[in-house]
Amino acid sequence: MNRTPTFLAAAIALALATPADASEPRPYPAVTDARLAQPEPANWLSYRGNFSAWGYSPLAKINERNVGKLTLAWAYQTGLVEGHQSPPIVNGGYMYVTTPGSQVIALDAGTGQEIWRYKPQIPADQLQLHPTNRGVALYGNRVYIATVDCRLIALDARTGKVAWTTKVDEWKNGYYMTLAPLAAKGKIMVGPSGGETGVRGYVAAFDAETGKEAWRTYTVPGPGEPGHDTWPAGDSYKTGGGSVWITGSYDPQTGLAYWGTGNPAPWPADQRKGDNLYTSSMIAIDVETGQIKGHHQYQPNDAWDWDEVSAPVLIDTTIKGRPVKAAVHAGRSGYLWVLERTADKVNYVQAWPYVNNNVITGLDPKTGRPAYDASKTPGTGKGAAFCPGLWGGKDWPPEAYNPNTGLFYIPANNNMCGMLPAGENVKYKPGDLFIGYPLDGVLGSVRVPDPNQTVGELQAWDLKTGKLAWAHKFKTFLWAPLLTTAGNLVFAGGTNDRMFRAYNATNGKVLWEFPAPSGVVGVPSSFEVDGEQYIAVQSGWGVDAERVQGAFNAILPERKVVVPQGGTVLVFKVGK
Amino acid sequence: MKHIAIHPVERAPAAGCGCGADPQRRKALKAAAGMALLAGAGLRPAQAAEDGPRTGDWLVLADDEAKKPIGAADVKLGEKPLIAYPFDPAAKAVRDGSRMNRILLVRLDPGSLDGATQPRAAEGVVAYSAFCTHMGCDVNAWVAAEKVLLCFCHFSKFDPSQEAAVTGGPAPRPLPALPIKLEDGKFVVAGAFSAPPGKAA
Repeated sequence: MNRTPTFLAAAIALALATPADASEPRPYPAVTDARLAQPEPANWLSYRGNFSAWGYSPLAKINERNVGKLTLAWAYQTGLVEGHQSPPIVNGGYMYVTTPGSQVIALDAGTGQEIWRYKPQIPADQLQLHPTNRGVALYGNRVYIATVDCRLIALDARTGKVAWTTKVDEWKNGYYMTLAPLAAKGKIMVGPSGGETGVRGYVAAFDAETGKEAWRTYTVPGPGEPGHDTWPAGDSYKTGGGSVWITGSYDPQTGLAYWGTGNPAPWPADQRKGDNLYTSSMIAIDVETGQIKGHHQYQPNDAWDWDEVSAPVLIDTTIKGRPVKAAVHAGRSGYLWVLERTADKVNYVQAWPYVNNNVITGLDPKTGRPAYDASKTPGTGKGAAFCPGLWGGKDWPPEAYNPNTGLFYIPANNNMCGMLPAGENVKYKPGDLFIGYPLDGVLGSVRVPDPNQTVGELQAWDLKTGKLAWAHKFKTFLWAPLLTTAGNLVFAGGTNDRMFRAYNATNGKVLWEFPAPSGVVGVPSSFEVDGEQYIAVQSGWGVDAERVQGAFNAILPERKVVVPQGGTVLVFKVGK
Repeated sequence: MKHIAIHPVERAPAAGCGCGADPQRRKALKAAAGMALLAGAGLRPAQAAEDGPRTGDWLVLADDEAKKPIGAADVKLGEKPLIAYPFDPAAKAVRDGSRMNRILLVRLDPGSLDGATQPRAAEGVVAYSAFCTHMGCDVNAWVAAEKVLLCFCHFSKFDPSQEAAVTGGPAPRPLPALPIKLEDGKFVVAGAFSAPPGKAA
């Protein structure tokens, strides 16, 4: 303590000696709707880099010719464990990452210097089924974070000072938030996780300036609303699931945001007879009013925990000679869906399996409605095996679209099947698990028909022809959010050997790889500061990647892999 | 400021937890407990719902509105654990203000219990904190083949016959043990948790 005056004196001396311009904070360019709709190549302003959710950077200084010389520019340890999944989001040289526990870290994007760090106090007794956070939203001069205990918090982008906090929901009832908010038209939109705790999902919008709630649209309709009759009479809709935990995409021309929704609850489908709208669906919501303007349900009466929370990727393309404003989604079911978005409707165009699916026996050619094989459908008192398994052909890790190659990239898992034991009747208790299968059965659910088959597949699809252009196959499963760039590259981690890799976007050849401190399950991004292009990603294994690894370790103990935990922001540039 | 439950760690029975072997740590914990009591005195009633179990408490099922004390016959061999809250018989109040107060009860073969677990058990029934030491989920599943407790969230496994030692998954430490005894056919808390419940930072 007696050293404090000396320190203070030194600090004051240093402050006085520092030229004023060096201590001036870097100017922060306000984030507008116009900028979000047409982001400058140098910045990565939102979860997927643009409203269409492409995961695409138009920067090309790092490219297929020089990516082999990619080297670490700087790294920053978060000091935390569990899943580090958020993309480094960059605006005007400011970088924002989030961590498990809903912390926000602002960094100088060029140097990695910490500018500020916000640590919300999370209740000590909240259970953390998915300890992660998937990023911030930027709007105006603020940064928005959806916290795991269901608060939406606005922070000053330059200082980290709290502008406002709004309670979105009651965490004690099993609601929690992990998604990056969507910012558009003066509103900040979020939704709750809790498909395993019997939430009633929704998308809710809050005024970006004040935090006041503008609207809340449930993904499970209540009495008197269209779709309510797809639920059994009674209160089942109140605990029907349809969680919302991945950021929606947005079409500024129509003002519609496209959100994916989670599985219905509880899991045994016979306990909630009917289609169960709008679970395992995509819904188009008018951002102004919250009104649902269209939807497509991928799996009516889902029985396999096939959350379809990944928002569709919005691509204007040509299909069978016809221009289509498409909404493309690599489903948890293992089907690749091409839908058409209009101002007031969502139309089915076509779909096909991108991995082995033995449940769906056919699709209605007009509506895309699937028919199911009853022998592959588990339920109350009835176990069943099915492909793909609970974690699907693709879980939440986002796909990417590259307008130069015209290819749609999917981080897929093939022949990763599942088996559930006989389901049991389950009673809803607020805040408790609401699943309906013995829990050790869920743990032991992963099945691989042939242990020597490959599982993970980085796939590239030509949407115009519906043909697979290339696939890079892995012996292990793949949990890899994707980035693609105008440098003809695809970046992906997601394997249990902790590698972060660059692939040739045209042919899938591995061009570069980097052994990260932990497994890479973070969403990668790219940006430019002072003329230098960077590739950024968080390393930090955890959550479902760890869970799936645990399931593989259980069925193939001779190949047991333990991936170390710990979060690090990694930023790369081309070495001289 | 809302008081956050701090569970005083009492001196364990002679044959009990390893924490008794470290006088420095015990002293620190006692000091912390004392401070918690002082800090709490002016802020809350002596017995808040957030408080953890106290010696003499009964145990009631977490979802039992009738608040019937759990008895020896309610906990059956080979069945998944029961999830309970402590019940203050004097105030007739369930201590359910914090999920960290959740307690699991499971019946084991008395001959399978190790030397530290045996004195805390009552006729083969053992009690532990049900708040997973990893991420705070309920430890409420049972893997019969391995005779271990399972946390669904991240698949941590604990051996209840061996002081809830971690046998699998990411949990960093065992579940805190709670000594219990049988009085008039019902389970009664016989001491404090062997360590404070809580999740990894």
